Amino acid sequence: MNRSLLLKLLSAVIVFGAWEIAGRVPVSYAFPTFFESMYALGVMTFDGSIFTAYAETLKPLVIGVAISAFFGITIGLWVGLSNRFEWLFSPIFVVMQAAPLAALIPILVMAYGIGLTSKVFVVCIMAMPVIVLNTASAVRNTPASIKDMGKSFLASDRDIILKIVIPAASPVIFSGLRLGISAGFIGAILSELKITPTGVGDIITYSRSIADYPSMYAAIFSIIVLAVLFLNLLERTENYLFEGNNRGYVTD
Amino acid sequence: MSQTNDAFAKAVPLDADSAVSVRNVSKNYGDVEALKNLSLEFPRGQLTSLLGPSGCGKTTLLKIIAGLLKPDSGEVEIEGKIISSPGPDRSFVFQDFALLPWASVLRNVAFGLELRGVAKSEREAIAEKYIKNVGLTGFEKAYPHELSGGMRQRVGLARALAVDAQVLLLDEPFSAVDEQNRRKFQEDMLELVRGENKTFIFVTHSIEEAVYVSDQIAILLPRPSRVSEIIRPTSFRGTGKENIRRSPEYLDIVDEIWASLRNYVE
Amino acid sequence: MTVLGYRLPGMSSLLLWALLWEVVGRTGWTFFIPPLSDVFVTLVDVIGTPAFLKAMYETAYAFLAGVFFAVIIGIPVGILIGKSRLLDELILPWVNIFLSAPLTALVPVLMVLFGFGMKSIIITTTLFAIWIIILNSRAGVKQINRSLVDMARSFGATPMDAFFKIYFWAALPEILGGVRIGVIRAVKGVIIGQLLISIVGFGALFELYSNNFMMKHFWAVLIVLFAVAFSLSEFLAYLERRVSYYAASR
Repeated sequence: MNRSLLLKLLSAVIVFGAWEIAGRVPVSYAFPTFFESMYALGVMTFDGSIFTAYAETLKPLVIGVAISAFFGITIGLWVGLSNRFEWLFSPIFVVMQAAPLAALIPILVMAYGIGLTSKVFVVCIMAMPVIVLNTASAVRNTPASIKDMGKSFLASDRDIILKIVIPAASPVIFSGLRLGISAGFIGAILSELKITPTGVGDIITYSRSIADYPSMYAAIFSIIVLAVLFLNLLERTENYLFEGNNRGYVTD
Repeated sequence: MSQTNDAFAKAVPLDADSAVSVRNVSKNYGDVEALKNLSLEFPRGQLTSLLGPSGCGKTTLLKIIAGLLKPDSGEVEIEGKIISSPGPDRSFVFQDFALLPWASVLRNVAFGLELRGVAKSEREAIAEKYIKNVGLTGFEKAYPHELSGGMRQRVGLARALAVDAQVLLLDEPFSAVDEQNRRKFQEDMLELVRGENKTFIFVTHSIEEAVYVSDQIAILLPRPSRVSEIIRPTSFRGTGKENIRRSPEYLDIVDEIWASLRNYVE
Repeated sequence: MTVLGYRLPGMSSLLLWALLWEVVGRTGWTFFIPPLSDVFVTLVDVIGTPAFLKAMYETAYAFLAGVFFAVIIGIPVGILIGKSRLLDELILPWVNIFLSAPLTALVPVLMVLFGFGMKSIIITTTLFAIWIIILNSRAGVKQINRSLVDMARSFGATPMDAFFKIYFWAALPEILGGVRIGVIRAVKGVIIGQLLISIVGFGALFELYSNNFMMKHFWAVLIVLFAVAFSLSEFLAYLERRVSYYAASR
């Protein structure tokens, strides 16, 4: 067993141990122990309720991320390639990126009700800016010398975009997508807690209202673990595909 | 009488047979004059070096010849045609190699042909041949990040040769390559110039390198940029690559160029 | 973009979008988009009201407190794990986890532990900001040029000297970069906290406006909020550029 893995395990034992002890003291009536929470998670897993909850939670997330990815990358490419588009659109996304867009939720609820549409919108406004901005800056920052290379070997504008700019930008576009998904998770959970409790948000809200704190902690624990594992998987995929910004792109 | 004529003809290899002519080219970047009214002839089948201190506009000139930059005034004529954009008659070797990091060596070498619409099997056959010529057989499937700097530049060279252009433009091709590889490259350049019957235009800031590989050396001086001198080594070209650095003329020319450039070192 | 040889300033297209907003608002296409000019008129009215000032004050307080704790804890922790391999291996995995975790899910826990008030919002803000500050401070210390450290030692610098004269300055561009991103995240955190604990600050104001369908008021407050957030992020980016002029040449 190597040192790094050992230390990771040790670190997990310390943190979860501290959680357990803090729960046993207890530091607060609303602070269950680690094992109580894991037991609650086990119960939810075996009666299947957690799976139905995730099916509900992931719906707006998946739809929202798909929409953001499609429009985000398309707009990002335009903004990156054309000065006119950049002038027109990039200020909007720069402001969106800096602004607390969560404040738009009350308006979205007024306009689209408390259903799926609003939740998809929340995911989109959270995920889109970083996807657009990453795509645009990746396209803008294509190394000048490989574009010159393309031109000197008589590439058409279309060739330069398809064979040079887009492949060169892919790693950054992909990591923008990953950051977008990360923000999308925040949006999906925020919308379940703020708009209407469904899915995992429902478990959290309901178990809080009946003071079933182990279940509440279990649900929160599970969503964080799920998000972190998924984002980690994406990051690994990214490293594999673009290892040192390379390969993955031999298109023919 | 006839003897003097003979000697004269030998001393100045005729400009009549120029592959590339640069006439009265000027280029400004904002207020900075990169090139001012510069004219230069490049003899066919020979290697001409553009040598000078940094900021003398040598890379600008090369990019204008490549058609990557447009001159503010003046013109560049290649094989009798005035050019204004990149063309199939020229190919470029980049200082930073400019390889596609996501493409294999084979695809990188074939990339120029790919852009010209040559069928896959045909362009890969041609690429194979040039990969072999530059000594990279066995690395066809490798990716640029798996190669050393010297090997990467061999890929860049093979790519430029594969499109079979008449004029090769090399922008400080060996400056990012380690010393031993650079020496090997310089020797290979001599063979390439002899074997390929192409016109080479070679930008460098190394005096030794310029004198070693060139049939003609154009010294460019900055502010305002101009051709200050054209030197044509004569005696050591035929003596074999091992002997060049020992030839008195080689040493004299290196000293002479250093004497004229030393005032421009910042 | 340039028009007739004149270079348009970077953010000038926002004027065009504002015009579009005004036109759409004037057509009365939807109740949710009142004309921008009306929103601005409302804005002037709203800004002086006690409700707005109270919300602004509470938000600023929670935000500043949250950022303060994030910086005070984040930078030393980052420098510490950057210098100690053991601590690095113990703590870094958690920093990475919380950096990408959906922290909104933790707000309900904070609510039951710390009550429906300022305390929870401050902690939310700190949680949003702190991880990137730790990570960047660590990266800043890690990238310090080895020969710079050796230089200090060869001239006989004491550890204290080395820390304040070398490490801190050498890592400063990264640390400031982390603080900038952390502050932007903190703005989002403070608003998210207020939305979920909606009896404080703008959260309460939003409840009030949306329950009474006061669209102009709502947009007026949003514009103020976005403008402040954007100016803050631009200002920090400016500061960072001022300091990181030497980042590339270290």
